[in-house]
Amino acid sequence: MTTVQEQEQEQDLEAHFDDTISRMNRIEPRDWMPDAYRATMIRQIAQHAHSEIIGMQPEGNWITRAPSLRRKAILLAKVQDEAGHGMYLYSAAETLGADRADLTEKLISSRQKYSSIFNYPTLTYADVGVIGWLVDGAAICNQVPLCRSSYGPYGRAMIRICKEESFHQRQGYELLLTMMRGTQAQRDMVQDATDRYWWPSLMMFGPPDANSPNTEQSMRWGVKRHTNDELRQRFVDMTVPQAEKLGVTLPDPDLRWNPGRGHHDFGPVDWAEFKAVVAGNGPCNAQRLARRKAAHDEGAWVREAALAHAAKSQADQGERTRPSAGGLHV
Amino acid sequence: MSEISPGWPLFEVFLRGKRGLNHVHVGSLHAADPEMALHHARDLYTRRNEGVSIWVVRAADITASSPDEKDPFFAPSGDKVYRHPTFYAIPDDVPHM
Repeated sequence: MTTVQEQEQEQDLEAHFDDTISRMNRIEPRDWMPDAYRATMIRQIAQHAHSEIIGMQPEGNWITRAPSLRRKAILLAKVQDEAGHGMYLYSAAETLGADRADLTEKLISSRQKYSSIFNYPTLTYADVGVIGWLVDGAAICNQVPLCRSSYGPYGRAMIRICKEESFHQRQGYELLLTMMRGTQAQRDMVQDATDRYWWPSLMMFGPPDANSPNTEQSMRWGVKRHTNDELRQRFVDMTVPQAEKLGVTLPDPDLRWNPGRGHHDFGPVDWAEFKAVVAGNGPCNAQRLARRKAAHDEGAWVREAALAHAAKSQADQGERTRPSAGGLHV
Repeated sequence: MSEISPGWPLFEVFLRGKRGLNHVHVGSLHAADPEMALHHARDLYTRRNEGVSIWVVRAADITASSPDEKDPFFAPSGDKVYRHPTFYAIPDDVPHM
């Protein structure tokens, strides 16, 4: 039973929390926070981490078929970065009391989601370039404001990630520029990849504001700094001149500059497709999860062997007893 | 829980960005033992020359103060304004002070 005193104490804590947020200060791991804030942060950070980890697959498919050693080294570095981004984010989620093994389990069993964009296939090498240009470009739009997230560890992870994303976008655009200077067949590949990835990239910003029930609460908590539609518009405005310079056509007949608004107008996004992909019915959902599960299962013996080795080494040294999981986060 | 529990323990990672700077906390990772934690920390936190030295320490071995700013733990320094140079009024025309 909650006593009146406990209720008052809780109200004090909540007032202190609200005050911290309103002063644009950061919430740190061991601060008191409302249960709903903690749950929202864990869900958001975990979903972001899962996206980075699953995001290794579409491009990872092309590492062995990169057209040159230079491109192969670049792609390897990029995919390794995606793994790193996932690790930074799992680390941030753990400061909220989440357990990394549990998060992996929730991803594999589809109880937590990842970005719908990674459920589309990468059919040609031009897709590697277009993912860097459009997908990472959209990710940067989404992520730069998250550097100021009210949750300290998440904001710090995002700062690190954003620095590295810039390389991702630039290598993609440079790859496409190179292909556009090549043969007609190569130019066609770039256009085809652009056609396939343009709309799914716009979907990365999430449902329209009118259908985004969590946006208001997230904005109040400083977890989100701009609405989905604001960021989507920003991305379109940024990308149009890049497409022109590249010499590709964005596949939207309604796309045009609106001098009255000072922004580009663009056509309707197919939200039915978005919902279907999020619900698990995209072209590659099953394949992505199966691959992740296989990697996890096939790595089990390595994790166990490393623990056994650590335990044996410690026993040999007669030092500490066996390693303990969890603990304090700073 | 998945089959990897009990998993690798959590380590906190501290980096010296370059000579002349302190080690700074950058994040955490899991590893089976401290040596593996160092290797993972190198791969995870220094892919772009961000560090010249790494410390790893088991998260469970860290003792921390309570995080709340209002904690009386920090109260002793709160009322000692005389520890700060601005506490002392010195005429403007006194040089080099």
